[in-house]
Amino acid sequence: MSSATPSARPGSGSFTPPKAITGVSTFVDDRIGAGNFLKRNMRKIFPDHWSFLLGEIALYSFIILLLTGTFLTFWFEPSMHEVEYNGSYEPLRGVQMSAAYASSLEISFDIRGGLLMRQIHHWAALLFVAGMMAHMLRVFFTGAYRKPREFNWLIGLGLLTLAMVEGLFGYSLPDDLLSGAGLRITQGVLVSIPLVGTYLQFFLFGGEYPGTDVIGRFYSLHILIVPGILLALISAHMILMWVQKHTQMPGKGRTETNVVGAPFYPAFMVKSGAYFLFTFAVLAGLGTFAQINPIWLYGPYTPADISAGSQPDFYMGFLEGSLRLMPAWEINVGGYTLALSVIIPALVPLGLIMTGAALFPFIERWVTGDNREHHVADRPRNNPHRTAIGVSAITFYGILWLLGANDEISANFHISLFALTIFGRIAIFVAPAIAYYVTYRVCVGLQRKDAEVLAHGVESGVIVRSPEGGYSEIHVDPDEDIADHVRAKEPIPTLPAEADGDGIPPKGLRGPLGRLRAKMSRTYGAELVPLPAKNGHGAHGEEEPAAVGAGEDRKELH
Amino acid sequence: MSEKENTGAPEERVPHRVIGTPQPGVRLSERPGGEPETPGSLPGGVHEAEPGTGVIYPDPASARRAERLVALLFLVAFLAGVGFIASYVIFQVGDIDRTAVSNLALGGTMTIAFLALASGLVVWVRRIMPKYNLVQERHPMASDAETREEVSKVFVQGAEESGFLRHKLLRRTLLLAAAPLGLAPLVLLKDLGPLPGDKLRHTVWKKGLRLVVEGTGQPIRAADFNSPGGILSVVPEGYEHDLNALAKATLILIKLRPEQFKSGTNLNWTHDGIVAYSKICTHVGCPAALYEQTTNHILCPCHQSTFDAADGAKVVFGPAARPLPQLPITVDSEGYLVAQSDFHVPVGPSFWERGDAEAEVRGNA
Repeated sequence: MSSATPSARPGSGSFTPPKAITGVSTFVDDRIGAGNFLKRNMRKIFPDHWSFLLGEIALYSFIILLLTGTFLTFWFEPSMHEVEYNGSYEPLRGVQMSAAYASSLEISFDIRGGLLMRQIHHWAALLFVAGMMAHMLRVFFTGAYRKPREFNWLIGLGLLTLAMVEGLFGYSLPDDLLSGAGLRITQGVLVSIPLVGTYLQFFLFGGEYPGTDVIGRFYSLHILIVPGILLALISAHMILMWVQKHTQMPGKGRTETNVVGAPFYPAFMVKSGAYFLFTFAVLAGLGTFAQINPIWLYGPYTPADISAGSQPDFYMGFLEGSLRLMPAWEINVGGYTLALSVIIPALVPLGLIMTGAALFPFIERWVTGDNREHHVADRPRNNPHRTAIGVSAITFYGILWLLGANDEISANFHISLFALTIFGRIAIFVAPAIAYYVTYRVCVGLQRKDAEVLAHGVESGVIVRSPEGGYSEIHVDPDEDIADHVRAKEPIPTLPAEADGDGIPPKGLRGPLGRLRAKMSRTYGAELVPLPAKNGHGAHGEEEPAAVGAGEDRKELH
Repeated sequence: MSEKENTGAPEERVPHRVIGTPQPGVRLSERPGGEPETPGSLPGGVHEAEPGTGVIYPDPASARRAERLVALLFLVAFLAGVGFIASYVIFQVGDIDRTAVSNLALGGTMTIAFLALASGLVVWVRRIMPKYNLVQERHPMASDAETREEVSKVFVQGAEESGFLRHKLLRRTLLLAAAPLGLAPLVLLKDLGPLPGDKLRHTVWKKGLRLVVEGTGQPIRAADFNSPGGILSVVPEGYEHDLNALAKATLILIKLRPEQFKSGTNLNWTHDGIVAYSKICTHVGCPAALYEQTTNHILCPCHQSTFDAADGAKVVFGPAARPLPQLPITVDSEGYLVAQSDFHVPVGPSFWERGDAEAEVRGNA
């Protein structure tokens, strides 16, 4: 019977592993007992959803970064000593430049495949950060950071921060005029830090800016310690994911106590391999056909020059934007200077986003009082306040990012640069609020749509004419999977807010903070669109009263 | 394909997919009452969602067709891989054109190889491997109470056995020993750089040092720099390649008509309508390299701080909080522009110890 022996193909003979495999596996198992581990893990089940692949993009980009980066180190010379260029690139021959820049040119023009590897490396760095951001948003919007996955959420934030720092170090290394602009801004920000800024600058640069040390130091950080930490954190991230098992999207048969999908070996393993190769193919394609960072056009770095329209890599754009938006505030007290126009934009937006993201799982738990484990992902619409907060943060980030290119926008769209900047100063506060409201309404609207699907079914596309001559479209029950997917919506828990018999609110909800907490809990968990009862729907929705609307009843757990 | 097999005839016209819901292809089962069966039949704690639905093999004929497709893709990958190696040998690098050809050949073959290989694997998984619908139980992450209790007991027991709790002297001297060792790495970093001292307050400009044009190194005769609206990027003579010096001492030299100057500019520090400002932006130090002749605005391309060259380079817009410092200039006996002295205030970005140097200068004057 096929269901009893699902691991063997029906009708085929039994398969004996060749001696080459049994010999090796016996040798290994005799020594490290790998059999026990493999027995448990080879058929580990992985749930399937396209959005679960976003993090993998980042993972594979990291591997590609290690491979291409190692290749680049074979020729790159992390030195700021002046040399006279006499390589293959004609226009710069005879020009004084740092050895770092000269060797970057050598990689580009005198090493076969060097330009390709350099471009793949740069594209992979962009994809690494972009993949992490997309992955992080997926985790946020589906609530996959909830208990028990808070550690992995925090590790992820650490990875994102480190990746940005790693990228900053990396694009400073070629020591061309563009990378020098980034380095100069880094120095300007560093030196503005109160109390220790000048010391930090002198220690990092080995004296005055730019000095002759910083490329070598960034190189050590870029190829050794930061990737080392990244690798360690990525390993921890993967191990925790493996141990805790992946979250799954809601659907038929999927519960908080199971995981439904395909086994790691063989299907998921081969798919992952294919996905790695796809990532590599895309990056190789970009490295081949899409020029990135043509350093030979910029010339060697000198602090006296800059090219107009200098732009950092995309993940630094929001910092650039916040620096550009900031009004010129500076405080001088008692002979000391507090350069608010640098410190605030350099630290506050990044701090807000990262600290907010790090604390969010804990704040949400505090507000909802929800201490359960969660393994089934939320659909973003089913937690409107969370989704609104997320979109609001994206808007905040997006405005900064966009305004990081205010000069380009101004030039290309013929908008006054000053007007655009002033618009940005207002928008940075107003737009996130608008985004919050709009997202909240959209989520509630989508919930209504879900309730409607369950109550009235889906349009079948079949138009019937009644004996009276009226036309109507037949609605049919939604597909079972879809119905289960929609029905998996769970009420957001709220704190038990009722006062006891003596009119005293529960412990933890007393005092101003407690009242705020209770209020937040009520708002956060408000159930605006209860789903219709499971069997209360007919195929022809027209006969039924609309069960959809802004219901006011709130469900409270506990 | 499986969709049609599984769906009853009257429902065939029904759109099965609502946006935001999973594709019908990944459905788990068509049978009602799908409570998971008891686990156990498969290794690794895996069981089928319902009997007979856990592992569904594709039709053998279709699998054979798929195999041919996979083989073709793998063959393409092989050829592209060979092409990559051939490209490495055939195409040399050296100048822009040859590098471009080599890059195209290497990258193109590499892309095709990976793409074909990846596509082959995907066809293999999707059309030759079975469809899986397996279920694995999750267990709460927390260990059970008994385990926790035992661990805490062992921990306490171990702590007592070690004597760490009882022997106060041992504990305290251990902490004492750790403190300086914890600080040691920080101390070791001290020689990363010299202390700042007053280095950020001074530049290499000094009395009599000639201004020369950046790039050519030509000294500037005041009489030759005579068209109003003209602008030059200027560096100190003898420091044309000293990046540390240039990072602070680079100037922007502007010729205006005398009546254009406003009160912000110190006219004693100009010569015949020629004024010199630090080119290093007071925001974060980019070279403020753009100049708009009609408005006399100096613009920093990094963050768009805008300065009025006619009014002591005071800030018109943007995040910079202070004007670009003005360098006192004059001419030497041969008529070349020279500095009268160093800047009177620190140039470049603000730093903690800077203070309101401008106010101090005004106070002294």
